[in-house]
Formats: sequence, structure tokens, C-alpha cells
Amino acid sequence: MARMKFVCDAERCIECNGCVTACKNEHEVPWGVNRRRVVTLNDGVPGEKSISVACMHCSDAPCMAVCPVNCFYRTDEGVVLHDKDVCIGCGYCSYACPFGAPQFPSQGTFGVRGKMDKCTFCAGGPEASGSQAEFEKYGRNRLAEGKLPACAEMCSTKALLAGDGDVVSDILRNRVLRRGKGAEVWGWGTAYGSKQAGQPGVTAPEGAKS
Amino acid sequence: MKSIMFAAALVAGLAACGEKPQTNETSKNDSPAFNGTGKAYANQDWKQGDKASWESHLKARGQYGQNDYTRMN
Repeated sequence: MARMKFVCDAERCIECNGCVTACKNEHEVPWGVNRRRVVTLNDGVPGEKSISVACMHCSDAPCMAVCPVNCFYRTDEGVVLHDKDVCIGCGYCSYACPFGAPQFPSQGTFGVRGKMDKCTFCAGGPEASGSQAEFEKYGRNRLAEGKLPACAEMCSTKALLAGDGDVVSDILRNRVLRRGKGAEVWGWGTAYGSKQAGQPGVTAPEGAKS
Repeated sequence: MKSIMFAAALVAGLAACGEKPQTNETSKNDSPAFNGTGKAYANQDWKQGDKASWESHLKARGQYGQNDYTRMN
């Protein structure tokens, strides 16, 4: 199996925040902490694009590199996890992360800033899989239940994909090749009634770039 | 004699210089996901503890649940 990966398709994301809600509900994430957020570029301008962002489970994770107490570890599936019993809540990881994934609850053992909390790819933590202790610290361990992350499984437009890197990239590649671009994009004609828009199943002319 | 001791100290000092291994490391405490939870919430389509069945099940679930082109066309 390749590494577990997330990918968000900006052409499909409709900024519904269903992924954010699914994550918060699944793991009972505390108030003030959002393991996943939807970021919109050019908000309000025609052609705005949204993507859902959380921990990207980097192959060479900067959070892991800067952590002074070495609380991070990587599973065999490439999921970057951390041990909250080791974390000292210093916040170095939040400065190092380019995606703003590490979050800190405002109440906790360390006064104002508690122990770091981040997306676990629904893979829990070092506690026994499926145990109450694991749930309270990290949320549900869906991978150990044979399920994929709740955010991606919940995504109504399937903009957010999660799972084995090979499978996810294959799905996205197939989409990009088949949906065309601009008004040809799959579903555009149905949604907006544009005459120039192709209907589902219409392929781009030969030689056209997508 | 002095120079030999100096060289030995130098070598010993250099022995401390090195790089941390950058291999994929799993926490010793964490059990692999394919071992399952042993609880009823788990999906029934794979055998808990069997890595191959867990991997093939997740791949199938990823394809079926996320690739709408194969589901509709």
C-alpha cells in the first residue's frame, strides 16, 4: 500500500463546510479547534476557488522536524500522528506547518495553551485502537475500523478524496481527463443551462488540453 | 604519546557527530491499523488482523465511495 493521502479538487469544492462539521462531530473536537478548515481564494469574485485543508501528513513533515520533545511519529501507512502525553504545548509545530494544521485548545494542562491537536487521518493515537482513552485524546480510529476519514466520506461533491495515494491520484487523474475545462466541466450545462456547455459524457475534442 | 591521545580524543569526539535515521518510524506503543479495534463498529468486509484484506478493503472502499465515474458511467 502507498501512503495515505488527502487531495482536494478545487473544481468540485462548494465551500459547504461539511468536512469541517463531519470532523468536529466524529471526533468531538473541542470548541475553538478546527482540525479541518475550508479556505477560499478570491472570495466573492467570479471564479472563486475553495479547498479543504487539514494536516497533509507530509512525507518529510516539518512539525516532526522541529518538535523538541519528539512527540510525532509516522505510521506504516504514512500517517503523521503525535503523542499527547509527550507534547509540551510549545507551539513550534504550528509555526513550522505550512497548512496551519496544529491547533491548540484554549483550556488545558498548560494554562492558556493546551496540548496540540491536529488531524489524525482518523487513525487515533498511540493508545489502544478503539479505546475510550484514545477517543478522548485523538478521536475515533476509523482506519482500524476499516473506514476512511469521515471528512472525505462525508464530502457531498467528492471534492475531498482520502485514502491510498495510488487510488486517490488515479481517481483525480481520471476526472481531470474526462471532465474538460471551463464551461465543458461535467455538470455545468445541467446546473446553469449554458448552450455551449457539454452534457455529461461529452468528451473534449481530440487534441484539446484539459 | 601525546599526539596519539589527542588523535584518539579527536576520533572519539567525532563519533558523536552523526545524523538521526530518517526512516519511517512507527511508535512502539501504537498498534497497526489493520489489527482492528476488536469492536462491533468495525466494517465487516475484512478480517481484523489480516493486513492484506485490510488494504484491499480500503482500496475498494476508496474506489467505490469516491470514484463516481466508475459508479455512474
